[in-house]
Amino acid sequence: MTTTVQDQDKQQHAGNAAIERAATYYRLKADVEDFYYHEADLLDDRRFRDWLELLTDDIGYFMPIRRNVKFGQQAARENTKRGEGISWFDEDKWTLTKRVEQILTGVHYAEEPLSRITHMVSNVQIKGARPDIEAARELDVTSRFLVYQNRVEYETYIFVGRRNDTLRLTDDGWKIARREILLEQNILLAKNLTTFF
Amino acid sequence: MPLRNDFDQLVDVKGGFISREIFVDADIYRQELDKVFTRAWLLVGHESLVPNPGDFYTSRMGEESVILCRDKKGEIHVFLNSCRHRGMKVCRYEQGNTSLFTCPYHSWTYTTDGKLQGVPLHRTLYDGVLDREANSLVSVAKLCNYKGSIWATWDKDAPDFITYLGDAKIHLDQALDCRDGREGGSEVIGVHKWVFPANWKFAAENFLGDTYHNPSHRSVDLIGIGPSAAAGKKGRRDDELEKAQHVWISFPEGHGVHSAIQPEANEYIESFLDNPILEKYFRHCFEERKRRLGEGARLLPFVGTIFPNTSYHGRQPRGLCAWHPHSPTSTEGWRFFLVDKDAPKEAKEYLRRYYMRYSGPAGMTEQDDMENWLYATAASTGTVARRYPFNYQQSMGAYVTDHPLGGDVSTQVTEQIARGFYRRWTTYMQGGDWHELLGSPAGSRQAAE
Ligand code: FES
Ligand SMILES: [Fe+2]
Repeated sequence: MTTTVQDQDKQQHAGNAAIERAATYYRLKADVEDFYYHEADLLDDRRFRDWLELLTDDIGYFMPIRRNVKFGQQAARENTKRGEGISWFDEDKWTLTKRVEQILTGVHYAEEPLSRITHMVSNVQIKGARPDIEAARELDVTSRFLVYQNRVEYETYIFVGRRNDTLRLTDDGWKIARREILLEQNILLAKNLTTFF
Repeated sequence: MPLRNDFDQLVDVKGGFISREIFVDADIYRQELDKVFTRAWLLVGHESLVPNPGDFYTSRMGEESVILCRDKKGEIHVFLNSCRHRGMKVCRYEQGNTSLFTCPYHSWTYTTDGKLQGVPLHRTLYDGVLDREANSLVSVAKLCNYKGSIWATWDKDAPDFITYLGDAKIHLDQALDCRDGREGGSEVIGVHKWVFPANWKFAAENFLGDTYHNPSHRSVDLIGIGPSAAAGKKGRRDDELEKAQHVWISFPEGHGVHSAIQPEANEYIESFLDNPILEKYFRHCFEERKRRLGEGARLLPFVGTIFPNTSYHGRQPRGLCAWHPHSPTSTEGWRFFLVDKDAPKEAKEYLRRYYMRYSGPAGMTEQDDMENWLYATAASTGTVARRYPFNYQQSMGAYVTDHPLGGDVSTQVTEQIARGFYRRWTTYMQGGDWHELLGSPAGSRQAAE
């Protein structure tokens, strides 16, 4: 497990020489944005099984816990690490599938009745392309999210943060191979994290 | 409507009714902070969070921030996280290592053993007046490092921690001791902190052996997330207690546990069908524990609450929870996840993943608990709702008092533990002395029944 994580991390930082912002970049960026809008539709339309189809089988889905650290220690200590200790999410496809199955039982009371959720995605930038931008099979993409959740009557949560994704081109189009979700909170100010980010 | 301050009326243990006021009322909540949270022993953290001299970890006691800190000589302290000058929070980092806590406001500095050291312009402004010794960070009255877990109380008259635990000790031990039966040896691999809109007692009571709420976890039981889930096993845990005699015990100090006693033969039950390495490791732990503890190995923990707000999961997902009060209808949950320090890598890797999918606000099981606590609290705040007490009549009288494990022992699901908890809560709220808070004399206990 750990080696996979490290390999993926290494890979993400390889081949990230600044990408020229020319026609190819913007065409690709438009594709990625469309992909994210489609993904948001699937989640907000509660088509959770279809959403799972957008994830590669080896997906790493990770939301660290953010900590208050001394200046200068942010890089080393601010976020809990993927592959070690406890985070909010450090998941593979199996657990994500379980989460979907759980909602679909109709008796997962934390999502029964279903919450009303809207995913907003913005600030999309392609930060890396492999093997290169012209023939990209894998992309490192950063974005911002704003997720609004309203539950039952009065319960409302707003989750805001950043996503660092690796997208992979497959026969079925782009899929998410890795997602890091940086929620801008220290102590979680929500009773639950029942939504996907 | 019961009189606000008449706790005997609010908590009718004999009839099995408890007023909703104690879960929603602001005055009662303020009194709790004073009468319960400044007297009882509270969980602060774990020694593995501060392994080296100068290490600190900011924690909470009641509503207040405290610093758990290991001084230069290696001694552990717990201080109120508030400057003696104007109250500024002297440490706003969660964890780290330092030789001094420097107050951001006017730069008074405190050493890692809490002493006031630096006072800017001391000679000009304070000479001959300021007594440094008397202006140390406020320290807890008593502190106990119990098998690595750190507990503290603000009450200098409180009994020592072991006395406070009473017969609940052996159950808490099962959560803190190594899986193979050696004493202590755990470490914290991570901490969850989150805020949920429910009274803190809902969470504490949930772990007081409220096994009755099992139906609310149906979704996770249907899909299966346990250690043999990939092999097709349903349910959210393992099967290790399937042949055990479950026991629900109320202790006179207000603690309560749900534990289990394995049959005499006490054979290992295969639990890790998804991973042969884990299967081998846990079988080894089981056999070692049996060898070390003999008959004692038959006792296994499930869950429990140490009065007032510390809960544990003794097996899986193993950890200690502190339910910090935030307001009458809001609680900050902290969970310290535990593993054996010297467990093999594969076991730690499995356990951390299991903990994350089971526990806390992102955990598939506990999300449903939070839903219950929120809506139970919210639906109890109404003027009419408050007129109707909660029903606590489950398994009235169905317990024995002469069981070798001590306390009131029941072999069926029971609210006897909750009744015991609130009976003791009442003693605290009425300002009882430590003799009474520990549940003696026996006479008072009889009367309450
Ligand atoms: S409040 Fe800390 S130095 Fe003034
Ligand atoms: Fe539960």
